[in-house]
Amino acid sequence: MPEKVGSQTIVFQNDVCISSYAAVVGAKEGEGPLGNGFDKVYNDELVGEDSFEKAESRLQTTAVQTAIKKSGMTEDQIDYMFAGDLLNQCIGSAYGLKDFAIPFLGLYGACSTMALSLALASLFVESGVAKHTIAVTSSHFCSAERQFRFPLEYGGQRTPTAQWTVTGSGAAVVSCGKNGPRINAITFGKINDLGVKDINNMGAAMSPAAAETIKAFLDDTNTSPKDYDLILTGDLGKVGSDLLHELLLKDNISIAENHNDCGLMIFDLEGQDVHAGGSGCGCSASVLCSKILNEFKSGKYKNILFCATGALMSPTSTMQGQSIPSIAHLVNIVK
Amino acid sequence: MKTSKKEYDKMVKQASPKSPKAKDFIWAFVVGGFICVIGQLLSEYYTSLEMPKEDSAAAVSTTLIFIAAILTGIGVFDGIAKFAGAGTLVPITGFANSIVSPAIEYKNEGQILGLGAKMFTIAGPVLVYGITASAIYGLILWIISII
Repeated sequence: MPEKVGSQTIVFQNDVCISSYAAVVGAKEGEGPLGNGFDKVYNDELVGEDSFEKAESRLQTTAVQTAIKKSGMTEDQIDYMFAGDLLNQCIGSAYGLKDFAIPFLGLYGACSTMALSLALASLFVESGVAKHTIAVTSSHFCSAERQFRFPLEYGGQRTPTAQWTVTGSGAAVVSCGKNGPRINAITFGKINDLGVKDINNMGAAMSPAAAETIKAFLDDTNTSPKDYDLILTGDLGKVGSDLLHELLLKDNISIAENHNDCGLMIFDLEGQDVHAGGSGCGCSASVLCSKILNEFKSGKYKNILFCATGALMSPTSTMQGQSIPSIAHLVNIVK
Repeated sequence: MKTSKKEYDKMVKQASPKSPKAKDFIWAFVVGGFICVIGQLLSEYYTSLEMPKEDSAAAVSTTLIFIAAILTGIGVFDGIAKFAGAGTLVPITGFANSIVSPAIEYKNEGQILGLGAKMFTIAGPVLVYGITASAIYGLILWIISII
């Protein structure tokens, strides 16, 4: 049985592992520094569909199909599926996964959804109610732009703090046993709001949530940042990462040495003109399910914290002048 | 969390890079000025065709709108606007772009509730307040004229 430790953390007692994973991305991500690690790169931004929403769904379909195929299993062996995305009513997941005959749990945690879905998927396996589960999320630059911002061809300027929504999807199959990197503990975060209202500065809005969840995990488990090979946040970008370091230093926690952010890794910030970095559910999902988990195989990583952050506002709350509440969930992955 | 909202606001301001204003101003000035030069050249051309002055002004606007709409349609306009900012936004080219870009974007949602309804999502407020303002100014002018 999983054990609750401290205020927010759940430590696993059984062997729960990520037995298979896959990441599919768009052209820009494919041209980025992590381009070689992805299972599939789509050069067509519509992914062969006739709308960007359908394209995003197609990314999820492909990520799940590929992850299941790589696991050597068949669809009917997966007990539950945990998925989410950024689109209204999570249609990216619903339409992308409707043809799989797997019990479906739709989640919304904004860009934190990969950590949320992975945590819940592993908790189901840990508790014994499932042998194999799958966690998947996605985002698409074009579908996110048209929902949250302006039409693609609109001639506006982006601020230096703005981030670029990643076109991509990542899926992880979680199984009982030791057939891959193990999930050791999970921490579900609290909603945090330090009053940031600028939707073009999501990193700043989300870093207090990341700081609080990371601190809660370290306190709950009595560990320090030095104990981990990597502390990986989801999509804080440049501004958010700097703020995270600063916030944690106030509690005498220094993570600058072993911290990295998926939004900083997936793009070449200068060369690819993405301003403060990548963002979106697909950002942390595709980086985790390629480069990061590959590095467990190569032996580079043995113990990491994966902490994806999400901004929980909507276009309506933004227009009504409300600040941006944020959340961060954490998964401790060990070899 | 030890940090208060006020403290955090200060931290965010410090950590967030500012827009390069000088560069933005220069680009806006150059591109905006260039569009005006094109407008002037078009005006000279239409007048040389012995078009009445008022008609040539309308023809200049129409031509600029047409060019901006084409550039939006072929996906070039947003690339120019990225550098030019207000230089392309303020002239009538920006207005054309603000109508054509949602028209392209929302055609997937259908001709009526997609293209038709969403076409003015950006330009709509400009029209509403522009027309309201001109009506108010007209009213003021009329009142002054009878005094």
